[in-house]
Amino acid sequence: MKKTPISTDAEWTFELIEQYDREISRIAAQFNLDTYPNQIEVINAEQMMDAYASVGMPLHYNHWSFGKRFLDTSQNYQRGRMGLAYEIVINSDPCIGYLMEENTMMMQALVIAHACYGHNSFFKGNYLFRTWTDASAIVDYLVFAKHYINKCEERYGVDAVESILDSCHALMNFGVNRYIRPPALTPEQESKNIEEREEYLQRHINTLWSSIEKKQSNTAEDATQNFPLEPEENLLYFIEKNAPLLEPWQREVIRIVRKMAQYFYPQKQTQVMNEGWACFWHYTLIDQMYKEGLVNDGFMMEFLQTHTSVIYQPPFDSPYYSGINPYTLGFNMMMDIKRICEHPTEEDKIWFPEIAGSPWQSTLDYAMRNYKDESFIQQYLSPHLMRELKLFSILDQSSKPNFKVSAIHNESGYREIRSDLANQYDLGYLEPNIQIYNVDIKGDRSLTLRHYIHQERPLADSADHVLKHLRTLWGFTIHLESVTSRGEVIKSYHSSTP
Amino acid sequence: MSFIIDRRLNSKKKSAVNRQRFLKRYRRQIKKAVEESLKKRSIQDLQQGEDITIARDCTAEPIFQHGKGGTQTRVYPGNKEFITGDEFPRPPGGAGSGGSGSGDASNEGIGEDEFTFHINQEEFLDFMFEGLELPNLVKKQLKSTASFEVHQAGFTSNSSPEKLHLTRSLRVAYARRIALSGASNNELSALRKELWQLESEPVDEISSAKRKALKAQITLLQANKKRVPFLDTYDLRYRNYVRTPIPSTKAVIICIMDVSGSMTQNVKELAKRFFILLYLFIQRNYQHTEVLFIRHHTRATEVDEQEFFYSRETGGTIVSSALELAADIIEQRFPQDQYNVYVAQASDGDNWDNDSETCHTLLKDKILPMIQYFAYVEITSGAHQNLWYEYEKLQRSFKTEFCMQQVRTSADIYPVFRELFSSNID
Repeated sequence: MKKTPISTDAEWTFELIEQYDREISRIAAQFNLDTYPNQIEVINAEQMMDAYASVGMPLHYNHWSFGKRFLDTSQNYQRGRMGLAYEIVINSDPCIGYLMEENTMMMQALVIAHACYGHNSFFKGNYLFRTWTDASAIVDYLVFAKHYINKCEERYGVDAVESILDSCHALMNFGVNRYIRPPALTPEQESKNIEEREEYLQRHINTLWSSIEKKQSNTAEDATQNFPLEPEENLLYFIEKNAPLLEPWQREVIRIVRKMAQYFYPQKQTQVMNEGWACFWHYTLIDQMYKEGLVNDGFMMEFLQTHTSVIYQPPFDSPYYSGINPYTLGFNMMMDIKRICEHPTEEDKIWFPEIAGSPWQSTLDYAMRNYKDESFIQQYLSPHLMRELKLFSILDQSSKPNFKVSAIHNESGYREIRSDLANQYDLGYLEPNIQIYNVDIKGDRSLTLRHYIHQERPLADSADHVLKHLRTLWGFTIHLESVTSRGEVIKSYHSSTP
Repeated sequence: MSFIIDRRLNSKKKSAVNRQRFLKRYRRQIKKAVEESLKKRSIQDLQQGEDITIARDCTAEPIFQHGKGGTQTRVYPGNKEFITGDEFPRPPGGAGSGGSGSGDASNEGIGEDEFTFHINQEEFLDFMFEGLELPNLVKKQLKSTASFEVHQAGFTSNSSPEKLHLTRSLRVAYARRIALSGASNNELSALRKELWQLESEPVDEISSAKRKALKAQITLLQANKKRVPFLDTYDLRYRNYVRTPIPSTKAVIICIMDVSGSMTQNVKELAKRFFILLYLFIQRNYQHTEVLFIRHHTRATEVDEQEFFYSRETGGTIVSSALELAADIIEQRFPQDQYNVYVAQASDGDNWDNDSETCHTLLKDKILPMIQYFAYVEITSGAHQNLWYEYEKLQRSFKTEFCMQQVRTSADIYPVFRELFSSNID
């Protein structure tokens, strides 16, 4: 029993968007997608560029780097060098999704399915987002942060705030807790407790530093003890709590940047899954609409054309190649899991005995909730898909002049490729491992960091520059030592007070 | 459950502050780029903005990253002919090793080391004219037809109805009502209390008579209270507006250009460019400045802007004709005690044989004592002619009022212009 198509025209209207949303929402519910309520906002291209510039957030504090991003985006967009993303969706409750005014009706429907039901359910379900972010508080927190930084600018001058923000941004990737659950973000409390915290912090720091003199007669054993006792991976947190010279407001600014970094941390770790999940659902939902006759053939042609270009993966030797397309990998893996559930081959039964033949909806749902990119690939990348994408591993050792093909998509290579690819999405692989190692609290107050070298990979030259930012925050000399797995220091960087 | 919101009418300028901050932070670099681009582009198309390119390096935001080297295993898609164990030389420049699975983490123009963005005309001119000013600007008499600024200054109780201030009026009315009915209010509540007291007691004749009297008193008081009007004419308050004169310095710029036959098309073009630059500069910075245009060959005429820049003429050259006309105009229309007068002259340096001396005396005796500043631009790539030498003599005796520069090519115009009008502050 085919229904009549909702629309046949490329033009959209608010009534049509509402109708499409209702139908997509109904179908999504049939597939048991659990989502936050949606707040769909129609915006124009310039507003989309604004959103781009402030890392997708609906409002953000002011900083020149957002201006730079805005200029870059608008220049590229106006020259036709790049199209704008079709959508931006914010991990918030209600989930805010942007539709661009320029899009056709088909695109609006696609974006609604992709962002407002795909990404939305991922935000709500995935364990990383559940652990690290508080969707209901983020918008309030942004408002608080913007006001606070505004107030600081009024009181201490734009330049003073900018210099702190510059330094914080340089260390933003190192401002996250990776293993300990942070206390929940509560914006009302945030502003209420803020003065209390400022005062407490200042007092705490004073004790730390003033106790130094009293302990002068300590034993030699004590003198060798490091501060902090264990290396600290959250550089911004450590500085916020321990830097001797910072003003209370500067600590609060660091805290704001730290909170933002923490909020974005899950997104970095689930790019493949998140996009794959959203693509899988826009494909499945729109396909279901087509089956029910809610959209016509023309709509479907346009949809498939867009869909295929989104999930296109150029081969490694193509001029368009710029890494593995997370949409392609994610979408194909999701589709592949569904295939393994519904039509497992003999090979699948050996590789995935526990999911072959299981109901696909609950299997996918489980995968979405409990994995991040690294573990998801390690767990679910199938030989079938590796063959389809023709994956191969290249071993690149700087000591040798040649690249070596270490594994290809064959029986002996599957496992290797799978773990190589999974490692590639490990943040430990992407970012150098740098931790706070020691503070010379009895001497010149210098701060020593250690870079634990992984697979002989050195730091980029930008390290010197970042150290300067660190020094701005810490106020005293900074040392950074690159340490091999055997514990030898092979290179060190320094930045001393001017 | 979804809400659909139309946000298209919201402010689009969310990034404006951030953009301004960026422009401010890279002011030095942008200014350099503006100066570079001025050499290339024709000044006539200053009506548009400009694409500014600065080195991407200096706008970089450094973070801790992995450098090149070490051992890495990377997975690529689209294998065609490789089998396990194949080796091939490392591609030069590490091509193909980018990406490295970081997705679109580095989305900012891969492989570009320049950062290009667009600034609009206003910003362009801002950068262009930064640090320039009219020299020796003295506050002379305030402009006779002074412009006024209207602004609110308190409230008045007498004005026209459209200036009525509702909140104020009602506040006054409220205060008046409280003041006028305050006494009876107290009395009223006292009486009511008494009545209430009586009502709770057992009824007898005395109390019922008392009650009657009380009730009558209460109704009387209530009626009195009602008689206090809600709004009275003397409650009304009006916004009071006053006009304050805006002081402005009166200045006039006289542009003199030689349009004689010796001025080739090219030279005229350069002269025009100089004046357009000057014109833009003045228009932009001095709203209350008058600009006059004089062009001359053997005879000088005062023309309008359009004619000055765009019409052609030929003939011999008598520079003094223009100076005389300028002197007359200044004398008749711009009394010294009221105006700051500036004269800018452009010529190829060619002049009628004995005329240069006349120019010298004219300038020295008549014009220079009346004006603030005289700028002379000679556009020639050859040797100087007699006018230049005469003027050089002048410059020695009028160091602050007289200034001359030579322009050879179009690239010189902007630097020369800056030289002539650079502010004395720096």
